[in-house]
Amino acid sequence: MERALRDKRAICFFVIPALVWFGLIALVPVMQSAGYSLLDWDGLTTPTFIGPQNYVKLITDELFIKAIVNSFLLAAASVFIQLPISMLLAMILVNGVKGETLYRNLFFIPVIISGSVIANLWMKIYHPSYGLLNQMLGSLGLFDMQKEWLGDTATALGACFVPMVWQYIGYHMLLFYSAAKSIGEDVIEAARVDGANRIQMVFRIIIPQIVPMIKACVIFAITGSLKSFDMIYILTRGGPVHASEVPSLLMFNKIFTTHEYGYASAIAILIIVECLVLTLIVQKAFASIQKD
Amino acid sequence: MSVNRRKKVDLKTRTHPLINVFLVIVSLIQVFPLYWMFTFSLKDNREIFGANTVGLPQVWRWSNYEQVFSKANMGTYLMNSVIITALTIFFTLLLSAMATYAIVRMKWKLSKVVYNTFLIGMMLSIHAVLLPLYLNLQPIMSTRWVLILPYTAFAMPQAILLMVGSLEALPKEMEEAAFIDGANIYRIFFTIILPMLMPILSTVAILTFLSSWNEMMLAVTFISIDKLKTVTVGVNDMVGKYSTKWGIIGAGLTAATLPTLLMYALLSKNVTKSLAMGAVKG
Repeated sequence: MERALRDKRAICFFVIPALVWFGLIALVPVMQSAGYSLLDWDGLTTPTFIGPQNYVKLITDELFIKAIVNSFLLAAASVFIQLPISMLLAMILVNGVKGETLYRNLFFIPVIISGSVIANLWMKIYHPSYGLLNQMLGSLGLFDMQKEWLGDTATALGACFVPMVWQYIGYHMLLFYSAAKSIGEDVIEAARVDGANRIQMVFRIIIPQIVPMIKACVIFAITGSLKSFDMIYILTRGGPVHASEVPSLLMFNKIFTTHEYGYASAIAILIIVECLVLTLIVQKAFASIQKD
Repeated sequence: MSVNRRKKVDLKTRTHPLINVFLVIVSLIQVFPLYWMFTFSLKDNREIFGANTVGLPQVWRWSNYEQVFSKANMGTYLMNSVIITALTIFFTLLLSAMATYAIVRMKWKLSKVVYNTFLIGMMLSIHAVLLPLYLNLQPIMSTRWVLILPYTAFAMPQAILLMVGSLEALPKEMEEAAFIDGANIYRIFFTIILPMLMPILSTVAILTFLSSWNEMMLAVTFISIDKLKTVTVGVNDMVGKYSTKWGIIGAGLTAATLPTLLMYALLSKNVTKSLAMGAVKG
């Protein structure tokens, strides 16, 4: 048996297919992107090597800065608006209410629907003349509040954010909920015997116990926002006048509209680096919280 | 025991009425857009545009759905998504399980290195490969493989991470006994390891289903032939094509959603468990 487990041929048989597939389709292309990011290249003419110039240009490009700021706004809104709502819902459900399972399912359903469907549905909700939102405002007599939600620079980004929150509230709710449910019955029972009421239970027992899941959710909320594409691609294409521009959409347009391959690759690399750095920061922050 | 149980029931009935009101309001917010989508999929523009915006349809126009399938190719898009998602799940499960077996059970020097290489993938995103893959995969741009290849590659890291954790926790006795009975390593993998990994395989299958069925960025850029489009892209095109016929758009959106809802209805416990598991190990 020992010999069979050291059999080189068998090891190759088991590992090589996955490794080659993953290497050729994921690892190599990422390195290619890193390489392209150092080129001035339109995809047709011969590329010229320009070193880190694309990156220099990027960090001074007003449009890119705007896109980054927008993605940070989405991330902040996600962490400080979406996650607290999800947490509130999860804590209510964990404490036990009538119809717990039904509520959980209702909150969760939007999560599994594709972003493309959700975005197109909200496009209809926001429609200036026939959309659900403006029609409802109209029927309440609030004609002043009716707007071209997606066509107004003041509201476009927010209008993209609402369906994102709407869709993923149930996701984070579920993660908090299942983490809380997996806390040992003895811990809960001990607190109950000590006479903790439900609010104390949540803040002193449950939330401290699910810090790892909170950390995971904060990381998801941030990286998800920084990478967001589907919703904005369909709702506004980054417009009007770049009011809702985000990095991945900018990259997409640099590739397929203006054919600035080198520049687009630099954006791609920066998106990954940005996500990595923020993940590390969140992990460090939580490590120091957990120590206290 | 019985005292405990009664206590729990008590807690439930003692919920503050305001909390119930709050939960009902949130539920309405979460469900109402979907209800609206379904009802306008059965209406004509006159009703949607003001005559009956939020009520049930006056006449249930199932013909909207007929048009979505006969004229807007929804059947083809659904079929493409089914094929692409099924093959992605198949390859992800098989190849990840094979690699997992070698990493966890077999003895070789590079085992840790290979495992860590896959884990790097957890940090990569599909953005970073969009352009290189667009250039590298030109020769197969008019096949479904152009999506199956990247979907599988990007599903493997998490699959391997979850499977390694699960296989490490499984006892070795069955395998050892099979070795003593003279079974070879391939047979052991396919007849003992794979069945033992079933629970985690179903978790990975669900996670892979959700990510590849809903993927948009690659699907919208790589596939230009209408016959090969997936639901996410097909639906989006359809909205543009029938921009003035909202009923048909609603029917398309609803038809595109039904398969995922059906899956959730059948497997809801597994789906929620899988997502929680994927998050902890993400």
